Amino acid sequence: MAATNAVKARNDKYNKYVETVTPKTSIPKALFHSFVVGGITCMIGQGIGDIVILISPSMPIDMVSNITSMILVTVAILLTGLGVFDVIARQGGAGSFLPITGFANAMASASMEFKTEGLIFGTSVKLFSVVGPVVVNGIVWSSVAGLINLWIMGI
Amino acid sequence: MEVWKMIGTYAVVFAVGGGLCAIAELLIVRTKLTPARILVIFLIVGIILEGVGVYDYIFNVAQAGISVPIVGFGAALAKGSIEMAQKVGFVGAFAGGLIRTAYGVGVAIVMSYIVTLLFTSRAK
Repeated sequence: MAATNAVKARNDKYNKYVETVTPKTSIPKALFHSFVVGGITCMIGQGIGDIVILISPSMPIDMVSNITSMILVTVAILLTGLGVFDVIARQGGAGSFLPITGFANAMASASMEFKTEGLIFGTSVKLFSVVGPVVVNGIVWSSVAGLINLWIMGI
Repeated sequence: MEVWKMIGTYAVVFAVGGGLCAIAELLIVRTKLTPARILVIFLIVGIILEGVGVYDYIFNVAQAGISVPIVGFGAALAKGSIEMAQKVGFVGAFAGGLIRTAYGVGVAIVMSYIVTLLFTSRAK
């Protein structure tokens, strides 16, 4: 019993120490950076969509949004490969990971990081190590949404 | 007039997209939620918005401001699943989400692989 108390006391002391060492981030500044980076990313997405419509006005709106996200994802992954995305992400916080570009970046950086373990057991296995939760939850809950919708329609 | 309308749209896109990211940032700073959990929360919000049929109204106003953040990904999954379920029966609910988001996810996987072959991760 005494041993667990000692461990607890040590853990508390350590947590307090961690709190003093952790750099205090200014909340308004972090919020402002996220707001600007996220807002600009969305404006770029809107711009790509507008240009796609300008080039081929007869394209269905669903296809326009597909192509927009394909371009955004490609650009984000290329920037990740060149190491530019990390510079933006350091400032942007949530503004850089919440848009679809962050999803692409998480995928590409995980796959690049584990390149050293080989293309099969490194890259291919770890590709979904960060975005896995998003893909799994997305598929599970969207399937549930589809089934519920069908069930309500059937009543 | 067209120009002013366009500026208005882009301002709304900036405000809504930025606002969503600021909310996510606030969740990171104020709570102990990790980015992965926040992504899943926003994704499920998108699925719920689409499921109850509100998403289209928000999208008409906010456009890319709501579709570029992960909320739009969730809504696209749910929309695909719902549409496919109505078209081919309940089995469609399992396929629809993937079919609709396959363009973005497919290109993300292929590009990640190519970029991994071309570049090597820098030491942080």
